[in-house]
Parts: sequence; C-alpha cells; structure tokens
Amino acid sequence: MADPSWPLYEVFLRGKRGLNHVHVGSLHAADPEMALRHARDLYTRRNEGVSIWVVRASDVTASSPDEKDPFFKPSGDKVYRHPTFYDIPDDVPHM
Amino acid sequence: MHTGRTKDRMTTSADTGATGQERAGDQERMDHFEDTIARMSRVEPRDWMPDRYRATMIRQIAQHAHSEIIGMQPEGDWITRAPSLRRKAILLAKVQDEAGHGMYLYSAAETLGADRADLTEKLITARQKYSSIFNYPTLSYADVGVIGWLVDGAAICNQVPLCRSSYGPYARAMIRICKEESFHQRQGYELLLTMMRGTQAQRDLVQDAVNRFWWPTLMMFGPPDAASPNTAQSMHWGIKRHTNDELRQRFVDMAVPQADKLGVTLPDADLRWNGGRGHYDFGQVDWREFQAVLSGGGPCNTQRLARRQAAHEAGGWVREAALAHAAKHDKDHPERMRLTVPANQNANGGEANHG
Amino acid sequence: MSDPGSAPDGAPDGAPDRDFDDNPYDLLARDDDAAHRWAFGTGFTDPLDGIDRSVPDGVDQGQLARCCLALGDDALIYSHRLQQWVTRMPELEEETALANVALDLLGQARMLLSRAGGIVGRSEDQLAFFRAEPEFRNVRLAEHADRDFAELTVRLLLLSTWRLALFESLAGRGPGAGAADPVLAAIAAKGVNELAYHRDYAAGWVVRLGDGTALSHAKAQAALDILWPQAVELFRPDPDALAACPGGIGDRAAFDAIVDTVLAAAGLDRPAAPGPACPPGRPPAAVGERAGRDGAHTAAMAGILAELQSVARADPGATW
Repeated sequence: MADPSWPLYEVFLRGKRGLNHVHVGSLHAADPEMALRHARDLYTRRNEGVSIWVVRASDVTASSPDEKDPFFKPSGDKVYRHPTFYDIPDDVPHM
Repeated sequence: MHTGRTKDRMTTSADTGATGQERAGDQERMDHFEDTIARMSRVEPRDWMPDRYRATMIRQIAQHAHSEIIGMQPEGDWITRAPSLRRKAILLAKVQDEAGHGMYLYSAAETLGADRADLTEKLITARQKYSSIFNYPTLSYADVGVIGWLVDGAAICNQVPLCRSSYGPYARAMIRICKEESFHQRQGYELLLTMMRGTQAQRDLVQDAVNRFWWPTLMMFGPPDAASPNTAQSMHWGIKRHTNDELRQRFVDMAVPQADKLGVTLPDADLRWNGGRGHYDFGQVDWREFQAVLSGGGPCNTQRLARRQAAHEAGGWVREAALAHAAKHDKDHPERMRLTVPANQNANGGEANHG
Repeated sequence: MSDPGSAPDGAPDGAPDRDFDDNPYDLLARDDDAAHRWAFGTGFTDPLDGIDRSVPDGVDQGQLARCCLALGDDALIYSHRLQQWVTRMPELEEETALANVALDLLGQARMLLSRAGGIVGRSEDQLAFFRAEPEFRNVRLAEHADRDFAELTVRLLLLSTWRLALFESLAGRGPGAGAADPVLAAIAAKGVNELAYHRDYAAGWVVRLGDGTALSHAKAQAALDILWPQAVELFRPDPDALAACPGGIGDRAAFDAIVDTVLAAAGLDRPAAPGPACPPGRPPAAVGERAGRDGAHTAAMAGILAELQSVARADPGATW
C-alpha cells in the first residue's frame, strides 16, 4: 500500500475557563481546515466555547527538559516527537 | 547531573535489553532513564530510552489501538438493529468513542516514532495483534450488554493501572479513555439488568451471551504468569503495573457479585469463594483455545481484518483526493471557496485566536 | 473535557496516588460531569423533558403530527443509512464525523417522533419499530444506499442543505415567524446548529472530491448525476409543513443557489433536468403522484425496515 497518508497535526485546546492552550494529542488531516474540524470532533466533543489550535507536527520545534547537551544525539533537528520513523522488529517479545 | 550513581537493585545488561556497547556509550542516559522509572515519573517523547523499551511500548500501544478499532465491529454490527431508539443512540455513541480511543492511542504511539499508516499495515497483515476477544461473534443484542459489562469491565481492570504507565503520552491517553469506558460499562450492565427483568426470551439471550463470553473475557488478561516470561521486564519498566494473574483474579472477584445481582449463572462449576485466600477460586482457562484464536483460528479473525482492510483500501481514492485538493489550495490561494457558518454557531473557536 | 495536562504525576486526574489498592470501579462511582464523557452531549433522557407538551390553540394537531412524523422519519431512515457506514469510512477521523451526523439525526428523529407520538398516543419506539412501510412518511432520497463516499457526501450536501433551510424556517429564522408549535420550533432551533455543521462537512468534501483527482471528480459527478434528480421530491408542495409553518418553508431557488456555490468550487456540473441518468424504476415524483410523504417508498425501504425493526419485533412485549 503506497498511498500517501494525511500529515500529522498536533492539537492544542483552551477550555472555556482555561488560561492557555494545552497540548492534547494529534490527528491526521489533509489540510488545516479539516484538521480543525477533526480536532473539534475528536478532542472537544464539539463543546462550544473551546478554542482550538492545530499545527502541522513538522512545524513544531521543541526542546527536551532532559537535554543537557544542545546538540543532543541522535537528532539534529528538533521535532517534537521521535524524529525518525521507528520500525519495530517483528521479534520484539509479547507482553 | 547523574554521575556514577549506584543503582539500588541488581540489573544486568540482559535485564535492560541494551547491548554492552550501548551501555558503555549511554550509561549516563540509561541511569537517568532508570531513575525516571524508579521515581514513578514519566518518560516523555523527547527523552532518551532503550530501544527495547521503545519497541515494546510501540507494540503495546499499537495493539491497544488496534483493539479499539477492531472492537467497533462486533458492536457496530448491532447499531442498525438496536431494539429501541435510546439503545441505538447509546450504542452508536459508544462505537464512536471507540474510534476516538483508537485515535488517541495511535497518536501516543506516533510520539515514539511510529507511523499510523504503517501500524495499520501491520494490523492488516497480522504482524500486530488486537485483543482476541473481538474474534468472537456477536449473536444477539444481549451480546452488546455483555460486552459492555464483561469485556469493558476487563478492559478497565487492565487499563486503570496503565494510567500510571511510565510513558507519559500513553498514561494521559489512558486517563481519558478510562473515564469514557466506565460509562460504557455502566450502560452495558444496565441493559442486562433491564433484560433480566424482562421477558423469558430476553433472560435466555442474556444467559446465552454470558455462557459464550465469560471464558474469552478471562483470556483477555493474557496467559498465566508462569507462561509470561517478559512480565518481569515490563513491570520493571513501568510498562505493566500488575501481572496477568493478579488482574484476572481481581476481575473475577468483582464480576461474581455483579453476576449474582443480575441473576445469571457464570459457566464455571469450579467457581467458589475461598475464605482462606480472600478471593474466588475459579476453573482452568482453556489456553489451547486462546492460542488458537490468537493465531488466527477464531470464528471472526478473517472477517475482522477483512473489513478493516476493505475500508482502508476503498478509502484510498478519497484520501488521495483530499491531499490533491490540499496541494492545489493551500493558504497561499485565498480564492479557495468556503461556506460560511451561521453567525450564531460557535464554529470552531480557533479562527480568531492567535495569541 | 478535563485537561489531561493537569493531572499530577502518578495519579489519574486527582485520585489519591494508590497503587495496588485502586479500585477500577471508583471511576464508576464518581459523579463526574457525565455530559462531557458522552459523545456530543447527546442526552439519553427523555428528549422533551421539561417542555410543555400541550399543543397550542389554533394549531391543527393532525397536521402537526404528520409534519413531525415526516421530518422525524426523514431523519430516522437517513440516520439508518449513515449507520451502515460505521467501520467502513475512508479514514478513522471520518468515522467520528460520520457517527456525529448519524447521532444528531437520530436525536432529531427521537424528538420529532416523540412529539408526533404525544399527539397520536404512541411512543417514539412504537412509531419507529411497529409501523408498517406505508405508514412511514420519509422522502425517498433518505432511503438511497450510498454506493461510495462520493454518493455519501453529495447526498449529505443535498439533504442537509434542504433540511437546514426547513429547520431555519421552523425555528423562526426564515422569512416567517416560525413554527406555530413551540415544541417543533424548539426542536428545529436545536437542529439548526447541527445541520449547519453537517452541511459544512458535506460541502467541504464535495469540493475536495470535485476538485481533487480526476478519479474523485468522476465519482463526484457520477454521484451528482444519480442523486440530483431525486432531490426534486424534496420540493413537492407539502401542506402539512406549510400548515405547521405558516410563514413559509424555504424554496427551491435558495436551495439551488447554495448547492451551486458548492458545485462551482468543486468544478461539478449540475444536471439540467431529470433524464437518462435516473435509474430505471425510480422516476422522480411528479405532481399528483404518490411519493415518500404518502407512504410510497422505493424497493429499498423493505430491507431498511426489516433490519431496523427485526430485534424489536422478535419480542414485542420486551422492554429494552
């Protein structure tokens, strides 16, 4: 199956009584408008009055609190999540 | 800084799953990782972690996600036939929740470097598994109630401890999921109570469903501890918080009084309270059945995967179309048409908020 | 929705940090804000709880009941068709969106059938599960089985655009004063927000498909060719709806204008008139011919009702 998948978006919400946006997870969408709608469906259950930000995951630049070394291996870029595709081997034991 | 701290327990390179070379190179990072685990603090996506931990965690989270998505099918099959409009709405909402849970979990797995499309492929090609309970068919509407009571009940037993998973995104997803699932379980039990107080035909359906789902539910907790060699490592790393047998016993202890209240008989002649242990004794699970179903021999394995595969393949042209449209109409093209939403609807809250 | 980021380390959302003693059923006992734990705030209490059910003087009860039944049946049957897409959507996020639409429509159906039922002396379930086919008053377009995602989204565009305009009128947001029955007006007001969301969702997809790939464009056009002729029935004069909403219920021209806006963005062509694209055996309703509102349905209706009513009818005395 070689069809391209929808890019990953990170979702941030600020609730009615919230002071700031909080990261709640991610989802896949083809474009920002779709991402906003999906975020509303999936993460807010269509609650009114919730402010939503969606950001392409690839656009998020992040540090890690544990990093002591600014040139922390193995990543050169600083994407939020593990930077490279991680292919788990089939022989990883079951629980 | 963590310099040369002596660990307060015996660990070997085999325990931590790292090669000798890795330990030599990453001793400091390993110490920090182990310290995080020991303090019951959380590992977050950007933290260093042993490959074995990452791989195990991806597999566990992904298989949990697959279970939610596949689990939509046995219950989803009864939405159109629900015998009251209220039950229909409840079931439709429950199945929708399950889709949401699957997505929360895939999202958590992706923070570890997995890719959802890849995980879907691994599911469809049976390289990753899902909870084998969903390989059993749902034969009547009573099954919907029993899945809520027993299957969701067992899932909750498994899942509440996972709210303390050592991996942050997984723990947070589990907190949200547990809250929603407890509501599902209540609805399932309430349906069964209603049916047990109803017609004889309804009571017969419930008892039959219990007879079919009781043992497979016990199998949901996995093989016995003696047959689970990886439990120790998983517990050391906070991937698991309790053993399979511990959780299975806990579930039985909770379910028996609930069965009594319903007025159903659990299909186990060996089930009895053991005052000395303070737990219910119960009979032997048929582990051969478990293995057979797990390796693809269950009644519905083929059709569950086939449905998932068919939806994914049939949707290919749709997903491609959306991407093609997005490529043609990104933000640099303001002439893109949008329908406006009526002013009295709080459309999505996000449009005007930039700061 | 609780803020997951606020949970202190090691404890789920404020619970004391116990380990082995934690009882999973504590979550069951806690009186959480249950509405937020359930999809879309869809209540499972009596839909018309707290509303004065007396029909105002001057409102013809028979016509009101028929109107509510018609609009309720549209939603019930259409929701049924959408429910059949669960686990078959092209992407997981679309499963949530689809269930969303189906749940909203089911909720509207429940309220409308309850309203009608209150007048004719039957419950929502008696109406849904124990009427025969000729007693159902839904439009035929609701019965259509979508053969692919293009048909699903095009049909949703047509039905939600039409229904939204109707509900806006009933809620008093059209040219007239709205429904004379306050209960119907309230149901419509709640439905307006939902239907606007459905229409927006459908429009977004019709545009993406029409202006996506060559394949998606072809499928979208084919869907439109099949479905557009069936929309004619939506605008048959409906004396019950007109009686329920004396100020008018929205017209064909407004509908066409909205749909044309979407089709233009999608690059799709509206079929000029019903013609060869109509599947044989399903001609559009001509004036004077019996159609869905008269209980004359397509061949698909028997299968829909058989599925919908099967479990309830198998044990008619049962309470669920």
